[in-house]
Amino acid sequence: MKEFVLIFRMTKDDQPSPAQMQERMKLWQDWMGGIAAQNKLASSGNRLGTEGKVVKPKNVVTNGPYVEIKETIGGYIIIKAETIDEAAEISKGCPILQGGGNVEVRPIVSME
Amino acid sequence: MNNEQELIPHLFRTEYSKIVSVLSKLFGFDQIEIAEDIAGDTFLTATETWGLKGIPPNPTAWLYNVAKNKAKNHLQRAKLFENKIAPEIKINLATNQEIELDLSESNINDSQLQMMFAICNPAITMESQIGLSLRILCGFGIDEIADAFLSNKETINKRLLRAKEKLRTEKVKIELPGIQEINDRLDVVLTTLYLLFSEGYYSSSQNKTLRKDLCLEAIRLCYMLVENNATNKPPVNALLSLMCFHASRFEARTDDNGELVLYNDQDSALWNKDLIEKGEYFLNQAAQGNKISKYHTEAAIAYWHTIKDDSKNKWENILQLYNQLLQIEYSPMAALNRTFALSMANGKNAAIIEAEKLKLTDNHFYYVLLGELYTDIDNEKAKQHFKTALVLAKTDTDKKSIIQKLESLLKN
Repeated sequence: MKEFVLIFRMTKDDQPSPAQMQERMKLWQDWMGGIAAQNKLASSGNRLGTEGKVVKPKNVVTNGPYVEIKETIGGYIIIKAETIDEAAEISKGCPILQGGGNVEVRPIVSME
Repeated sequence: MNNEQELIPHLFRTEYSKIVSVLSKLFGFDQIEIAEDIAGDTFLTATETWGLKGIPPNPTAWLYNVAKNKAKNHLQRAKLFENKIAPEIKINLATNQEIELDLSESNINDSQLQMMFAICNPAITMESQIGLSLRILCGFGIDEIADAFLSNKETINKRLLRAKEKLRTEKVKIELPGIQEINDRLDVVLTTLYLLFSEGYYSSSQNKTLRKDLCLEAIRLCYMLVENNATNKPPVNALLSLMCFHASRFEARTDDNGELVLYNDQDSALWNKDLIEKGEYFLNQAAQGNKISKYHTEAAIAYWHTIKDDSKNKWENILQLYNQLLQIEYSPMAALNRTFALSMANGKNAAIIEAEKLKLTDNHFYYVLLGELYTDIDNEKAKQHFKTALVLAKTDTDKKSIIQKLESLLKN
């Protein structure tokens, strides 16, 4: 089994209502629970806050990572899969796809 | 007469472990076999004397007295013959000829608690930890332990001897670890208690009384941890809560013939309300700190099972708890139960998709689950799955319940 990071990207103007948030939370938990039930969840990862700063050369610090791009990284998890295709297959169930976001699947480079 | 016949086994269970713990604490863990010998000898003397002269008015006090004398005799002999052991004894024999064996309630509790940490040591296997706990902390006989593990006396004896030898070479001390270490070691202690309870709750041993005793002992030891300030932590309360909820169904889950009654068929009037209330109390006590242990999640799942009526809310909660539990720690059983909860909360079709992904193909419960999910959706498939389950099932109880499901499927 190899490990893959699933990076969740979402659009910044996506502001759900509390009811929608509740609904989405269940979708996320059911999806994560489904991966864990197959014993393929390596790490529940982390969610990232929406504020952010970008530090550039010559002491240039700007607010927010998404000045130029519309998308922002919302978080990530790490899963176990045989191939990147299997990891991509698992990502198809991710609730972020329903809200206009996307999932980037990247293998973790093994040090062994 | 019946009462008198049961007195010795009862006292053995309650007092043997206390005497061993207190003596081992006094002598040191490397002398644990001497402590066991003295305790065993005490009961032998009791059997002989009481058989001749009748039972004394206060049997427990009598036992403590005899144990004290035997311990003193042993120490004096040890002092005379090998001046080796005496200096290692924590009390000063030279200035205090009259050694006082402290069998007060508080010293018994302290000694047992410390013994728990000494036994639940990662240096020995989990099986040995449970075996030693049963022997030294719960006063179970070797044959009873063999029965609980579905093993034989020789195997258990060997296992316990090896474990004690290992603890001796590791120079394990009978003491509470420092505050820093308590949290780490507590995990191992809790795992042992959890397994001790499961051993009683799920054991395929036919001896119902023994199994119930195992569960009650696990509860007693866990309660001891709650009673002590140093070990009264949220996960300990959560585990105790979990045990109370499960134990509340003890009477309802077997019928008069000792056959297992499945949850759905249980008479909830037989559920022990008192234990359910205790479970709720300890679950509330567990709701402190910011770390959710698997015991928290499992206790919360067990709480929802104390509500017999099915509701969307109940199963949605159970599903989310299993989602959480699986993220803390994967186990095939949790994966199967989660999928069942999914079918109750999100419907059978959604659950079938998830169940097909699990691929637990060596587990008969997996095929029972698939059979149940396909029932009324595709009965032909359901039948096939139940048949596969029947081939994989090992115990008669499991086979019987699968045959019942097959029969009711064929009737419809």
